[in-house]
Amino acid sequence: MELIYFLIENIVKVVMVFAVLMGVVAYLTLAERKILGRIQVRYGPNRVGPFGLFQPIADGIKAFFKEDVVPARADQTLFVIAPMISITAAISLFAVIPFGEYIDFLGRRISFTIANLDIGLLYVFAIASLGEYGVVLGGWSSYNKYGLMGALRAAAQMISYEIALALSVMGVLMISGTLNLVEIVQQQAGWHWNAFYHFQFFPFIFYIVCALAEINRTPFDMPEAEAELACGFNIEYSSMKFALFFMAEYAHLVAVCAIATTLFLGGWDGPFNLPPALSWIWFAAKTGILVYFFIWQRGTFPRLRYDQIMRFGWKFLLPLTLANIFGTGLYMVLTG
Amino acid sequence: MVISLLKGIWWFIKGIGLLVASVFALLKGLRLTFSKFFSRPVTIRYPEHKREVAPRWRGIHYFERDEKGDTCCVACGLCVAICPSQCIRLVAVELDGGGRYPEQYEINTVRCIYCGMCAEACPVNAIKLGRNYEFVDYRREDLVLDKGRLLANAPKEG
Repeated sequence: MELIYFLIENIVKVVMVFAVLMGVVAYLTLAERKILGRIQVRYGPNRVGPFGLFQPIADGIKAFFKEDVVPARADQTLFVIAPMISITAAISLFAVIPFGEYIDFLGRRISFTIANLDIGLLYVFAIASLGEYGVVLGGWSSYNKYGLMGALRAAAQMISYEIALALSVMGVLMISGTLNLVEIVQQQAGWHWNAFYHFQFFPFIFYIVCALAEINRTPFDMPEAEAELACGFNIEYSSMKFALFFMAEYAHLVAVCAIATTLFLGGWDGPFNLPPALSWIWFAAKTGILVYFFIWQRGTFPRLRYDQIMRFGWKFLLPLTLANIFGTGLYMVLTG
Repeated sequence: MVISLLKGIWWFIKGIGLLVASVFALLKGLRLTFSKFFSRPVTIRYPEHKREVAPRWRGIHYFERDEKGDTCCVACGLCVAICPSQCIRLVAVELDGGGRYPEQYEINTVRCIYCGMCAEACPVNAIKLGRNYEFVDYRREDLVLDKGRLLANAPKEG
């Protein structure tokens, strides 16, 4: 009986997270276009429905009915699998993220985490690096020179920044002494947010920068550099396959923001305490602010050159994140 | 030894200075876009709101009407002669009273470059360029203005 309850609980949680995530991703595409438009002193999409609110639905229908083209000389299997890898990896990241504290429902205490893994953070990095395969294989298998170059750049850039990304959260790891994301959040309760309380502000910045590179966002969007590579790795993709890449990109964006919130900004901890069942509001607010920042900086910064990105990653971020590990160690020794 | 140490320290200070300056520059950019985010969009939402055209705007042509409601064109052919893109076709007839009248008058607006030379050349101010710029159609033939359509294009009185 307990097993059935467990199954039902988890299926409901998975469906809820999936549904909410897909809704967020759909409206994030609209939000991005709206915010970029506002930054460029124009309105953005405002034709479909009030304030353009039905735009994501129209886009979805359009993507669904487009012709699905697979290049004749492409590697058919990999070409089809690549977007699936991308979206699966992006969505799987949400399995370990603690959205809120818990909710008492029908006499059961249900936590807001799908899987409370002891190695949550490790899982996140494993899955996040799996997502790169989608981009790399997608570009490589499409038999297109721009796709191949996008894939090459993606491989080089993502591997470089993955290292700095992993190193930038080591400070948090050392302080909390656990990989369990729920415990990391619990330790930050009561304003002891890692970003401010434990001198992890610079690692927080490093994490944001590396995350931008990791999800191929604008200052680091080498793999798809519209101007040079004509959309790079997804150049040959059309219809729903392209839509999958697109959704994966935004799901990944939400995921890295949610992880930043969890690790550095205290997760569901907020300025004043909400009941545990509503604690996800703080989490959503913080993630939303980070997502806004990601869109905002896209409207601000131009794309870096490929060698600049590499130099920045290896000669600047890597030494500084290593120095941060040293500094955090010193801080822990000194404060006990 | 000492010199290289000093060089190293100088290099380090310069690097920090450069870093602070570049971060400051990034923040300045973010501030600009943030202020633009809250400013009013300059977009004119076209079908609902229309742009006011300039006073000397040269839009689609029309025939000025005389007191009988007909065109006052005297079919002199000056507009045909001056038109740089040669898009005006005129068939003139001699009237019994001695005047000339345009039997057929067509402006091919696909070829027209809206220079306004026809209006400049007209001795009786019969043809003018109006202020309407919304002129589209599905077929090329429908973009040729004949005498009737030119008369209909005239702006309403008052």
